[in-house]
Amino acid sequence: MKTIKSLIILIALSVGITSCSDNNESPMPVTENPLEAYNLTSSFEANGHMLELYSEKEVLTTGYNELYLQIKDLSTGEYIPNATISWNPVMHMTQMSHSCPKSEISATEEKTVYKGFVVFQMASNANEYWELNLEYSFGGTTYTISETIEVNAPADGKKTVNVFMGADDARYVLAMMPLTPEVAINDLSAVLFKMESMMSFQPIENYTIKLDPRMPGMGNHSSPNNEDLIYDATAGNYAGKLSLTMTGYWKINLQLLNANDEILKGESVTEENESSSLYFEIEF
Amino acid sequence: MKSNYSFRVRSACIKYPLVVLGLCLMLIFQSKLQAQEPIEFQTLDSILTIDLKEVIVISSFKRSIEHKSQPNPLSTLDEYLESSKKISMVKRGAYAWDPMLNDMTSERLSITIDGMRIFGACTDKMDPITSYVDVSNLSDVQVKSGQQGAQHGNVIGGAIDMRLEKSNFKPLGWTAAVETGYETNNTSQIVGGELNYSDENFYLDTDIIYRKAENYTAGGGEEVAFSQYEKYNLSANAGYKVSDDQKLLASFIFDEARDVGYPALPMDVSLARAFIGSLSWVQSNFIGNLENWESKLYANTITHIMDDSQRPDVPIRMDMPGWSDTYGFYSQTELSFDNHRFMGKIDGFYNRSLAEMTMYPNNPNEQEMFMLTWPDVRTLNTGLYLEDKINLSDGILKLATRLAYQSFHVADDFGLNSLRIFYPDMDQRQTRTLKSVSAHYHKQFKKWHVNGGVAYGDRAPSVSEGFGFYLFNSFDNHDYIGNPNLKNEKALETRIKVTLPLDNLELGLEGNYFHTRDYIIGEIDPTLNEMTIGADGVKVYTNLKHANLYNVSMDMEYKFTSELNWSGRVSYHRGIDHNGRNLPFISPVDYRSQLSYAHGSFSGSVTLSGAMEQTNFSPTFGEDRTSAYTLLSLSLGKTFSFGGNTLYVKAGVENLFDTYYSTYSDWNNIPRMGRNFFMTLSYAIN
Repeated sequence: MKTIKSLIILIALSVGITSCSDNNESPMPVTENPLEAYNLTSSFEANGHMLELYSEKEVLTTGYNELYLQIKDLSTGEYIPNATISWNPVMHMTQMSHSCPKSEISATEEKTVYKGFVVFQMASNANEYWELNLEYSFGGTTYTISETIEVNAPADGKKTVNVFMGADDARYVLAMMPLTPEVAINDLSAVLFKMESMMSFQPIENYTIKLDPRMPGMGNHSSPNNEDLIYDATAGNYAGKLSLTMTGYWKINLQLLNANDEILKGESVTEENESSSLYFEIEF
Repeated sequence: MKSNYSFRVRSACIKYPLVVLGLCLMLIFQSKLQAQEPIEFQTLDSILTIDLKEVIVISSFKRSIEHKSQPNPLSTLDEYLESSKKISMVKRGAYAWDPMLNDMTSERLSITIDGMRIFGACTDKMDPITSYVDVSNLSDVQVKSGQQGAQHGNVIGGAIDMRLEKSNFKPLGWTAAVETGYETNNTSQIVGGELNYSDENFYLDTDIIYRKAENYTAGGGEEVAFSQYEKYNLSANAGYKVSDDQKLLASFIFDEARDVGYPALPMDVSLARAFIGSLSWVQSNFIGNLENWESKLYANTITHIMDDSQRPDVPIRMDMPGWSDTYGFYSQTELSFDNHRFMGKIDGFYNRSLAEMTMYPNNPNEQEMFMLTWPDVRTLNTGLYLEDKINLSDGILKLATRLAYQSFHVADDFGLNSLRIFYPDMDQRQTRTLKSVSAHYHKQFKKWHVNGGVAYGDRAPSVSEGFGFYLFNSFDNHDYIGNPNLKNEKALETRIKVTLPLDNLELGLEGNYFHTRDYIIGEIDPTLNEMTIGADGVKVYTNLKHANLYNVSMDMEYKFTSELNWSGRVSYHRGIDHNGRNLPFISPVDYRSQLSYAHGSFSGSVTLSGAMEQTNFSPTFGEDRTSAYTLLSLSLGKTFSFGGNTLYVKAGVENLFDTYYSTYSDWNNIPRMGRNFFMTLSYAIN
């Protein structure tokens, strides 16, 4: 272990040295693609444009997906700035169709890059598929495009999105935002939407999401100094603190409380009740 | 006389600012003593000793026969220590007992090997420093109670210094010895040997010892599973006289134990290994009038691998390796003039303690669970120790002080972030100043010797107390969390000893009292959830307002004839906190009595030892009432001579009546060894 550690440190150091010296000798060239660090998950050609969809993850998965868009003008090869884009992913199931929670698409500091998030409740399968409808306009013209996209179940099988009926008979979607878990107090964020109709999901503010992280493999060991998720109006999501005392598999048991502190979903973890019906999973 | 003295002081002040403080102290007393005639120091010193240390002789100065002082010569060092007056041992099995002095364990003591600081690498105290040496390489163990041990470090309970055996330039030429022993109870086999060369300019001592024991059997025949162990220890000491006055010394110890069972714990040790080395420079004359200058540089590294691979049934498999590396130095010198003997010492050490825990989930598809139980804590301690022994007309006064600076640095970010789950505002680094002052006085009234002292000292938290992360204590069945915000623990201590040496009889009565403020102990935090499966809860180290400890002991020795000797002692201990609650690991009344006979080449002994029922126990620490017990042991020895060589045969039986018992300091009440026959053979080649 010690040897491995020192080896890692050595490698890290040497990488550090080389990258530093690279920087000094020739400054990093301006990358042509500002999204080089992300993964191109899909690209669609229509209307003489190429629409490119990027994600932090390698593929689109169920749960929260932060997505970046670029529109390339195929005639000039230039990326188009200052466009207005709206989207609507639709799941075509065998019996019905529905949409999913999503944000608006906004411009980023990079003028040709647009950003938003989508929470997919389910994965595509042989008979059911997601269709991404995009409407974008620039230079006074509006274009539309519809393409099938592939949404995968997460490779680790861990649950990061909950679709449920609350005690108030409303349907909710609760999704965990991306987290790189560490043995520390982590910043945990989530988004909460109410399903108004098959095609409309509204973000919900000022509810509370209580959390109780547990390790089922360790006799349901819990951790101290967790903070419930409360609504952060600036960020537009729910934020709290998640303490993880060791690596491994953690079940983040949740309870959703409305603005009147009435429990809409989830149960307290007790000796008799090992877990809540509302939860996220983390493994690291 | 006086002017001469003052001149010396002045020049010393200018040249050596380090000793100024001590000299000032001396001046204060000098003024008081001017009217008195100075007393020859050496003479008085040989009669009266102010240092009330206990010396546990491991190997006798007579080279030919080693380890003669103990009824069972090749018993473990732990058994030597346990049979001493002041030390008691916490036992988690047959191996690596944890020494206690004045009912205090390692975090309140300084345990050193030839003055070297070493820290165990086990978060569960399964490797006390005493487990990394053996009787083969020690000459004696010096036990100093309370602040009398401040020479070695910042202590509350005292200091235990294990001194290595050295030929020390005695012109003996080549000498060798072979020792072997066997014990029936746990089929323990011991083989040891030494080969030494010594002349007036050079010596080299080497020794080796190997022990292997199977499970032992408790009184009544019950086998104690997982009490086996195997260990070997190699050591070498060398000295070279650079000039008549200058010596260069080196020492090296390698110790390795494998497959050590801890029946009282849920885990065992697959490997405990130590490398311990030092280099010293000794010079009898130093600068000016300073003398006996001794400086040492040392380093040691310990690897300790705890696992549960041998246990058939555990809730979860885990590995808990730990590492502890220490680098240190000290330099000390003495100054004698008139009726003063002054000693000054600067010392320092740097320790790195790291321990991990990896748990393997029962569901093989889940990730391993990993945590740092000691987050790579770097401890730096530098100190200055000064003492002055002043000969008064009717006694000796000893004044001593230590001032030290200690810093902790949590070097591993993973570990720091782990602890910040509990202490979000915790600093990565912290520093503490540690102090000790003491005054001891020895006076003789006719035949009575009265020794008394008062002292004050403090200590910083140990690595576990300050930075431990979910350390499971199987005794009280709680996980322990360290607390970096702990205050230093401070103790005010008084002690008195009265001895009456008569012709054939010597009587002694000794008592000490520790009033400890900010006593560090784990307290249950009901808001925290245990980590260890099956644990009852979590304790966090906290400072109690105060705790009081009393120790009283009486001992006697009676010589019937020059051959027949009877010794005995009885001791009483009590420890309570500010609410009158009992402290853990406080001994009940215990006693030991020995009748020994030595005539010519023949020796024999009968030992009776035992304890009364433990009524003042600490249920919150998992203790329960421990029953009284009495043990009887016998030994017989005979020396044979073959030409110049000597063969020493010793045999005996311990726990003759096969009593089933466990003591107050047996972890989780594991029973002690039942009847045990032993036999040792020592052959010395001169």
